[in-house]
Amino acid sequence: MSKSVTDVICPFCGTLCDDLEVIVSDDGKKIEDIYNACAIGAEKFMHAQAPERVKRPRMQQPDGSYKEVSYDEAVEYTARMLFNAKKPLMYGWSSTSCEAQSVGHEIAEKVGAIVDNTATVCHGTTLIAVQDVGIPSCTLGEIKNRADRIIFWGCNPCHAHPRHQSRYSVFPRGFFTNKGHMNRKVIVVDPRVTDTAKLADYHYQVEQGRDYELLSAFRVALRNEPLPETVAGIPREKIIEGAEVMKSGRFGIIFFGMGVTQSLSKNHNIDNAIMLTKDLNEFTKFSIMAMRGHYNVTGSGQVLGWQFGYPFSVDLSRGFARYNPGETSSNDLLRRGEVDAVFVLGSDPGAHFPISSVKKIAELPSVCVDPHITPTSEISKLHVPVAFVGVEVGGNCYRMDNVPIEARKVVDPPEGVLTDVEFLTRVNARLDQLMGGK
Amino acid sequence: METVTITMKNQPKLYLEADNISPDKFAGKKASEIAALHAYEGREQTTLGKYFEIAGEGGATAADTRIVVKGDVSRVKYIGMKMSAGEVLVEQSPDMYTGAWMQGGKLIVKGSVDSFAGIGMKGGEFLVEGNAGDYLGAAYRGDWRGMQGGLIRVKGNAGSDIGYFMNGGTIIVHGNSDVHVGTHMEGGRIIVKGNAPSKVGGQMVGGEIFVYGTIDVMMPGFKYVQDEEVEVDGEKALFALYHGDTGERHPKRKGQIVYGKLYLKI
Repeated sequence: MSKSVTDVICPFCGTLCDDLEVIVSDDGKKIEDIYNACAIGAEKFMHAQAPERVKRPRMQQPDGSYKEVSYDEAVEYTARMLFNAKKPLMYGWSSTSCEAQSVGHEIAEKVGAIVDNTATVCHGTTLIAVQDVGIPSCTLGEIKNRADRIIFWGCNPCHAHPRHQSRYSVFPRGFFTNKGHMNRKVIVVDPRVTDTAKLADYHYQVEQGRDYELLSAFRVALRNEPLPETVAGIPREKIIEGAEVMKSGRFGIIFFGMGVTQSLSKNHNIDNAIMLTKDLNEFTKFSIMAMRGHYNVTGSGQVLGWQFGYPFSVDLSRGFARYNPGETSSNDLLRRGEVDAVFVLGSDPGAHFPISSVKKIAELPSVCVDPHITPTSEISKLHVPVAFVGVEVGGNCYRMDNVPIEARKVVDPPEGVLTDVEFLTRVNARLDQLMGGK
Repeated sequence: METVTITMKNQPKLYLEADNISPDKFAGKKASEIAALHAYEGREQTTLGKYFEIAGEGGATAADTRIVVKGDVSRVKYIGMKMSAGEVLVEQSPDMYTGAWMQGGKLIVKGSVDSFAGIGMKGGEFLVEGNAGDYLGAAYRGDWRGMQGGLIRVKGNAGSDIGYFMNGGTIIVHGNSDVHVGTHMEGGRIIVKGNAPSKVGGQMVGGEIFVYGTIDVMMPGFKYVQDEEVEVDGEKALFALYHGDTGERHPKRKGQIVYGKLYLKI
């Protein structure tokens, strides 16, 4: 007999679906099936069962092979590396719980590290813009129940957030949107004809790198000022029509992703999109929301925010928090050679960073804490496997709309495998000993 | 005027944060006292004397103090930070934050400067003979009051985001600039004597931008007004005047809407 665990949180993307049903074997050790999850979410649960999973820390040998070591040795290596470094980088934090992040930050403060999360190559530019001009936002529940103008700007939820449209943004029937997608008009702005663009009522095929101009053009149209014949490859009439569609809604929402945050203009794109949202509030109710990627990258920003005042790229090397992406962001630090040790937890810079940064990680003393074998674990001196948050251990996570949701434990981790919190707590205790209680 | 010469002798392994290299900090100090001033390499607090050979002594006040920085300072940040008077001459190329929050005096860099040079500048004169990086004369992150006064002159090219949130003062770039000139600008004057590719004056509220070369893609919110003869950097020339950014808020003065002004050389 198998038993079913309901209302499971999916630890994959920022949509943080909370309606999964997991079928677990009677002894509570094996996951047999998953219902309601998207293909990627289901794979995340099944991957925890993989027979080839690494269950003990591994130390890289001079010839490139790996030697299994104990958790004690792994704690010792990590603590000594952080203790000896003048300016270590502690990167990742987006695929773990807020509890683990908090312990990590305690360590970072002790050793004068730089704490950076995956926002640095993702929605960090959004956070810069929010700091510059503020943000009028809402929750996904409000969107489901009220929104009738949905704009996807530079994002492709069909592939990146597979259940976003069915749960919140396009198809669900809400309190004031009882006809589901018949109530809603969908605008997609993307240079490519993506699967999201295919289901849109209006697709603006903007020229690459000209989002800033198009956002400005919408703002000009809202103020009835003259526009050039075409802006960013879009004819004037279509821009004015789009502005009218946005104005005529009862509740509108702009979702945006990497297409605007990491293309030319970066934070200025978001800055202008937020100002467009503000302008639209002269006519109707409008909100804007970032399509956050990792399931708890928002949580990392939250925890860093309340502990140090900045949401990413926090430099604690001089004992107080400083923040300036461009200087204290991971890629700049690595490429310029500003750090002398790298600690990675809950992310995979080996796969996401430019090769010039990845080479630096390979040269420096480095620790990778990750349940999987990843490009980062393969170039790090030490790989520490841990339990999967949201599968084998619970913990707090933040959804893309800044709503905290407690992830649930479904099965036990393999015997002897530590959780992120347990490993970090042991490193923290060892650092206390090394520093002599200072 | 007394001159202090500091020469790089030991390169830092990481980067050196040397916010004490300024006439205000050197004034009234002997060479040995200057050598004992703090600097930071990562989390380690060290002294300037560990990295620099120091000769001469500071004048009685900042205004009487001249600093000459010799040697390779490409790994030294914050030279001339918050200086209020006196003179600093850097013979080679320093790293980030050169002349950041500068309030007065004269700062000359013979080489190039990296990003965030002259951010939040309030006064004084800052001359760069080489190129400048990104965020020249911009606001610090999150601050809506950027450069307020003073003059920055770059003989070479500048990076992107120059004069971000600029409120006053003048930035002159003799070469080309990258994208985003004077974004969110509210006052002051930016002069680019070369080309500026695109996004010039985006979200501009007030102030003046002059471009002598070409702009590949204009922002949609700029409307042509008239041709005007204006005196810029000591010489008169004819410019086409555009008002903008019409997508942005604009205050009224004496019943007239105040626009940002973009001048393109004819």
